[in-house]
Amino acid sequence: MARTEEYQLNVGPVHPSTHGVLRFVLTMDGETIKDTEMVLGQLHRGIEKIAESRSYLQFIPYTDRLDYISGMTNNYGFTKAVEDLAGITVPKKAEYLRVFVMELNRIVNHLVCIGSLLLDLGAATMIIYGFRERHKVLDLFESLCGARMTFNYIRPGGVRGDIPEGFIDNAKEFLRDMPKRIGDYAQLINDNEIVHMRMKGVGMLSPEDAINYGVTGPMLRGSGVSYDIRKDDPYSVYEELDFKACTRPECDTYARYIVRMDEMYESLYIAEQALKRRWHPTLQG
Amino acid sequence: MIFENIYEIIAFILNSAGILQYMQSYSDALGISIAPKLIIILIETALLLVGVALMVMALTWMERKVLAHAQARLGPMITWYHGLLQPVIDGVKLLSKEDLMPKRADRWIYFIAPMIAFVPALLVFIPIPFGRDGAIISDLPMGILYVMAVSAISPIGILIGGWASDNKYSLLGALRAVAQDISYEIPMVLTVIGIVLITGSLSLQDIVLFQDKIWFVFLQPLGFIIFLVAAVAEMARIPFDLHESESEFVAGFFTEYSGMKFAFFFLAEYAHLFSIAAIMTTLYFGGWHGPMIPMIPPIITSIGWFTLKVLVIIFFTMWLRATVPRVRVDQILDIGWKVMIPLALFNVFITGLLVAGGVL
Repeated sequence: MARTEEYQLNVGPVHPSTHGVLRFVLTMDGETIKDTEMVLGQLHRGIEKIAESRSYLQFIPYTDRLDYISGMTNNYGFTKAVEDLAGITVPKKAEYLRVFVMELNRIVNHLVCIGSLLLDLGAATMIIYGFRERHKVLDLFESLCGARMTFNYIRPGGVRGDIPEGFIDNAKEFLRDMPKRIGDYAQLINDNEIVHMRMKGVGMLSPEDAINYGVTGPMLRGSGVSYDIRKDDPYSVYEELDFKACTRPECDTYARYIVRMDEMYESLYIAEQALKRRWHPTLQG
Repeated sequence: MIFENIYEIIAFILNSAGILQYMQSYSDALGISIAPKLIIILIETALLLVGVALMVMALTWMERKVLAHAQARLGPMITWYHGLLQPVIDGVKLLSKEDLMPKRADRWIYFIAPMIAFVPALLVFIPIPFGRDGAIISDLPMGILYVMAVSAISPIGILIGGWASDNKYSLLGALRAVAQDISYEIPMVLTVIGIVLITGSLSLQDIVLFQDKIWFVFLQPLGFIIFLVAAVAEMARIPFDLHESESEFVAGFFTEYSGMKFAFFFLAEYAHLFSIAAIMTTLYFGGWHGPMIPMIPPIITSIGWFTLKVLVIIFFTMWLRATVPRVRVDQILDIGWKVMIPLALFNVFITGLLVAGGVL
């Protein structure tokens, strides 16, 4: 009789699939994972303590680095809090520009997410396609604020500066090309049999669990809960804009992936509206 | 002149150059009359080694380029014309790397594992006919059996390499790799039975000659599909690349290997890719058959056709790698045992009925 025993396997924080952010200690029985111990805190940088000793303006660059994929959105979160505290009203045209850059940033974020997901499943192609389009957005951001990832662009009361020459043309070109690109990704991934094998029914998160754990964003909408803070508790100018909250009822990884794909289309639509309204001749103040 | 194999071709060339007689008389005088024979065999071995090494270099370059262009990149561009010298640079890099060995590794087994993986990948080429008129090292009467048996040795190298590394990732990667290799060898051999039933010969040269009129891919479509899936699994390519599975086990069984030992695993992987594509060409795509071009010796055209078919198959696997993700380990084994083996048995059954009924 062969003797078998459980063993421990360490995954991360430096591991091809954890990208330096997380560490698991797995208890394994052969190929079966019996227990997982999460070791958190790899990304803890004491950001709150730093914030205590900085002025409001000085702290904005730190928010870029909270999540280096979506710096614009992080800028906005902090700036919004400062504005609410100080009672600053922001001009409409600045709000439209903010919404525009935030939605483009959302697209970048989803592209990196989908790319990494497929990379970890073993398909290296998607991340490179995603990064190709990401670079186009980063080019736009660079022309806006001079940085590709650490933007420091959204400030209390508005944004750091107005758009440079040729920005609108480049932005329109991106908005025009992108739906076709997303269609390409969908063609590559959506109906792939192996993708279904790997993603359908995997990582189930029931709606109750999702709410209890405080999950938000595409993760929550992938569990079939139609809650989008841009719709249900609108900030900025989202109230005026037309878009829908994308949800999927399946609760698995595939549903979350599809939600992100759909949201990219919605983000493009929102960005288009914001761009149109920002430079509408009748816009005042 | 009709030659049986490469040995006779080399002997003929040496003979007509007048070297062979000189060597023969010299060694007879020394009392070692077998020496010229050994020298010719050494030349054959060198030809095989150089040929496979060149092919592996070409394949690594092709892999980079195909993958790069599929992914909207350029791939290697700096080393000479479109990076053609990149494999040479890679070789120099691997040679100059420090050859590390884990402190608690099983030294001898760790040392010998890459060779056990590499040598069978070379030996497989012995009975494969590369072209007509004797472009074959040795036409073994049980060639296909030999090929299957020899290529089944490689997993031992993988297993002991993973075991000797004293690393959990390596061991798990090796176990997965071996489980996969064994599961997919069975349907592969079973599909070959279908072909052997039709030709009535185990010799690869006979199998190629049989495909003069019609390729086996048309006679055995189901067998071909099973063979193709099993071949991709045996080559350890995406979607069946459990050998590496880098998102779980860092680099699979060769996590701890570096320098020249890693290079041997790397060479073995590509030599394996080449050998399985060559077997597939021989079994299903008519081997070296193809329209002969006048003015050029048929031996060269036939080798050209063979190489072209092999490259098309390899291009297909690279295309596959650029397109699909990896299948999970339990799913791979499920497909192997629950789908592939029954289908392969069904294929043998149908072929047997057709052969017995005199249809084929």
